[in-house]
Amino acid sequence: MCSTAILPVPLAAVPADRAPYGPLRPAAGQRAPWRPLRRRAGLPARILSGTSMTKLRQFPSGGAIRAARMRPVDLFILCGVVALFYLVARVGASTDQPFRPGNPPAVSTDPGNLPYYAARSVLRMFAGLVPAVLFTFVFGTWAARSRRAAKVIVPAIDILQSVPVLTFLSITVTGFVALFPHSTLGLECASVFAVFTALVWNMALAFYQSLATQPRELDEAARLMGLTRWQRFWKLDVPSGMISQVWNGMISFGAAWFALSASETISVNHRDNALPGIGSYVAQALDDGEGARVGLAVVVMIVTVVSVNFFFWRPLTAWAERFRTEECEIAEQPRSWFLQLLRRSTLPGHLARALRPAGERLDRAMRVLGTGRGRLRHDAARRRAADIAFTVLYTAAVAAIVWKAFSYVLAHVPLPEIGHDALLALVTYGRVLLLVAFSTVVWVPIGAWIGMNPKVNRIAQPVVQVLASFPTNFVFPLAVVVLGASGISLNWGCIVLMALGAQWYVLFNVIAGAGAIPGDLREAAADLGLRGWLRWRKLILPAVFPSYVTGALTASGGAWNASIQAETVSYGTTTLTAFGIGAYIQQATTDGDFARNFLGAVLMSVYVVVINRLFWRRLYRFAMKRCSL
Amino acid sequence: MNTSVISVRTLRKTFPAPSGGVLPVLDDVTFDLYEGEVIALLGKSGSGKSTLLRHVAGLLAPSGGTVHYRGTPVTGPNPGTAMLFQSFALMPWLTVQQNVELGLQARGVHAVERRGRALRAIDMVGLDGFENAYPKELSGGMRQRVGFARALVVEPDVLLMDEPFSALDVLTAQTLRNELLDLLAHPDSPTRTALLVTHSIEEAVQLADRILVLDTGPGRVKAELRVALPRPRDRRDPGFEALVEDAYEALTGRRTMAAPDDAVAQDPLRVAGPLPDVSVEALTGLLEFLDTRGGSLDLAALGDALSYELDDLMPLVEAAQLLGYAKVTASRLHLTTTGRGFARADILPRKHLFAAAALANVPLIATIRTLLLASAGGRLREPYLVGRLCGHVPEHAARRQLATAVTWGRYAELYEYDADDRVLLLPAEHRPANAA
Repeated sequence: MCSTAILPVPLAAVPADRAPYGPLRPAAGQRAPWRPLRRRAGLPARILSGTSMTKLRQFPSGGAIRAARMRPVDLFILCGVVALFYLVARVGASTDQPFRPGNPPAVSTDPGNLPYYAARSVLRMFAGLVPAVLFTFVFGTWAARSRRAAKVIVPAIDILQSVPVLTFLSITVTGFVALFPHSTLGLECASVFAVFTALVWNMALAFYQSLATQPRELDEAARLMGLTRWQRFWKLDVPSGMISQVWNGMISFGAAWFALSASETISVNHRDNALPGIGSYVAQALDDGEGARVGLAVVVMIVTVVSVNFFFWRPLTAWAERFRTEECEIAEQPRSWFLQLLRRSTLPGHLARALRPAGERLDRAMRVLGTGRGRLRHDAARRRAADIAFTVLYTAAVAAIVWKAFSYVLAHVPLPEIGHDALLALVTYGRVLLLVAFSTVVWVPIGAWIGMNPKVNRIAQPVVQVLASFPTNFVFPLAVVVLGASGISLNWGCIVLMALGAQWYVLFNVIAGAGAIPGDLREAAADLGLRGWLRWRKLILPAVFPSYVTGALTASGGAWNASIQAETVSYGTTTLTAFGIGAYIQQATTDGDFARNFLGAVLMSVYVVVINRLFWRRLYRFAMKRCSL
Repeated sequence: MNTSVISVRTLRKTFPAPSGGVLPVLDDVTFDLYEGEVIALLGKSGSGKSTLLRHVAGLLAPSGGTVHYRGTPVTGPNPGTAMLFQSFALMPWLTVQQNVELGLQARGVHAVERRGRALRAIDMVGLDGFENAYPKELSGGMRQRVGFARALVVEPDVLLMDEPFSALDVLTAQTLRNELLDLLAHPDSPTRTALLVTHSIEEAVQLADRILVLDTGPGRVKAELRVALPRPRDRRDPGFEALVEDAYEALTGRRTMAAPDDAVAQDPLRVAGPLPDVSVEALTGLLEFLDTRGGSLDLAALGDALSYELDDLMPLVEAAQLLGYAKVTASRLHLTTTGRGFARADILPRKHLFAAAALANVPLIATIRTLLLASAGGRLREPYLVGRLCGHVPEHAARRQLATAVTWGRYAELYEYDADDRVLLLPAEHRPANAA
């Protein structure tokens, strides 16, 4: 939050008759003279003048001049769009193949297939993103608008977002395959669903929170103007939640890659269900023991992750900046070369103009949804009665489901085994704890160092982001070779495997936190002669603490998820198994043992939720209270 | 002229307090807003003036009483009104034109007509050429002009204004006030009636035909001032100055104190009057300033000289009175002898003087000190004190008062505070030897 600069001029200084009057109209492109130009920290002057150039372009009126003729860049973009449509149609058409259980679609490890497989995987990712956005819009809005819905939806999503995605994979695969018995479409759906679950909870919760914390005066303005529900959603709700939507989507995409590559090759009930994709390519190459091809696939994967970032998430985050509500400029504005290119094109303008009449018609048609939140008076007695009825029904439903699940599990799993499983979960928890401790010791100092050196930071940050969104389960099986050679048990080795993916969250959050330490504080510390350990203890560590907690929380979530893949690894004919709940779930999945799979998933979820509540959230609250800058 | 556009009858509003029970904000407010009239609701912060405005807008449901718009009870967003907000409340992702068109779009006005009306409104407020600018690119004053255009484009019957100029610097605010008057007085203007919430007395006198002065906690109309000065109004005009002084008097005078009943009188914590939320530095600054001006100054002149609005000035004046450092007689602030001594003292003696004044005049601080001296380890838990204060005032007010008492007491070195454990402590040298 920043305050508006107030001119300290005493009232008496104003000429009594009239203050300077008349329309205040500075020359085009010039700032009003009384408004201090706020320099954005960390941006060289060249870029500042660049932004004022873009503003200049908006005078006199946006598209009027540009609309006149096509530009070379338009041709370029047009070709890109056509190529994209062609690719989607080509790749998408092959998703519906005949499929007989027992004869899964073959995955060839011919490197020539890699681009096609990568395209299939990317398509699945975006196919998962679309329903995730829709779900977010529907349930986020519903929870924010209905008091009672919020009581169910918000806690449910909150728990679901800390449940490891992979735990329920086999259950969903079985369900979807049953839905499309003679086509690979069922497997495709299961895979897309895995992506969906990796993305949706974060996004939905973020959207709900942005609705709940909407600026009060904007809400009042919208109500007083009498915006229809449809108008309010598109003019206020979606824009005000846009930034958190985009960022959460981008961050969750890393977890989604992980879920995707796992879901492409899941084996349920001793049947391998391989879908053509980059994840299954790697799995096949590993089965065949073809190390070079695995390496090639890893390179292709990195290229894919980087290009999705470059062509999709970067432009989107840069574009979303226009939806920032507070007046302050953030330290480093996300920029995207690709977005600049799109902005130079006249095509988006043409498209917008062409669609405007349709938008108008839709706006009219949607008036049937009515105007929300107008009613002021509620019948208190009726409201309370409805509340009670709702609570009773809800509690009964939850109790029935819990009892049903409980008795189902008890019928299939002997009681002592449940106790044993709880021990398994405890062991895995120990691994997660070790991993977080290890990441802390290693990455906090390095991250802080990187964050405080802008030069290093500029190079390191994109690299770390790629590392964090790279599905490391690709390389797990290679551990078999290493562990086999070194003689280390997987019980310890899998900690390293889990860390491969999870540790980066600690690193990049600490980098961000250290980068945000105000220059004033650093200068003050230097001025006081703080050096060495004292400087770390009194300045750096407290300053990065809140972002460290966020990173460590995310890292431990990622580690739980990874444990399912990391505690059982196989390469060629060798399979290693560790003692832990992850291996237990994996085994149950392979056996098609629904009850054990479910039990394992529930146990893991309970651990995660309880630890989050008891430990991480408290630590986070403390961090925000004591160390937030 | 005599048609009542908005009529408010015995309006009452309570909010649920966090500790249970209710917190009264408005109590028994009755007034009429007549056609072509501008009313200013004037009050200190916490007088519920913005809450009152939101009832007229139909954004809040009254706990009792009614609001009527031209004879129809208001049960939802009031269709005859449009509002100007303190923070402008423009959608940052829409251009100026899109912002102005939004209200028309909500009413289902067709695109072509909408565009024409919006452009005329933008032209009218002098923002021609900025149609495609985003609010971020505009200065505060220009943003509020967009606010004008957005409110006036729907041709509301009544214009509601919630401190529309308080986020602007002094010169810009003055310009916009004059322009607002011109817009409302324009012969073609369909909007001639307005309700303004402000904490600036001068703004009220300059803009309004009538000023309703609201009392604090719970808000009720405690005075009504008629402004019969011709426009444009000159702030150096004797009539103008007299009205400003009347308003100050209405705001400061006649503090209505409920007689404490027996149960309350027995608890020394509860008889403590409300503590103004003021920093010691600001108070010191005020007293020093007063001393340099000969120890006596009109409140209006003081507000002018410091460029302070009511919300900034009144708590300071109350604190100075409470501590016995100053007196108010007929809207003039006088420094007392102790006040002068305090203003002229050095840093450390000043602390001792402040300690003495606080112990003598602020029952809450004196009681905390007594309780601390009487307690075994020289410690008191903060929640305990909040709990005892809560019986008398709502919880958030209790917390705020205690926070002020803690700050004052810490400054005076009467006690210390440990934020981690939320305990108050005697200073180490006064603590009993056996305490850790």
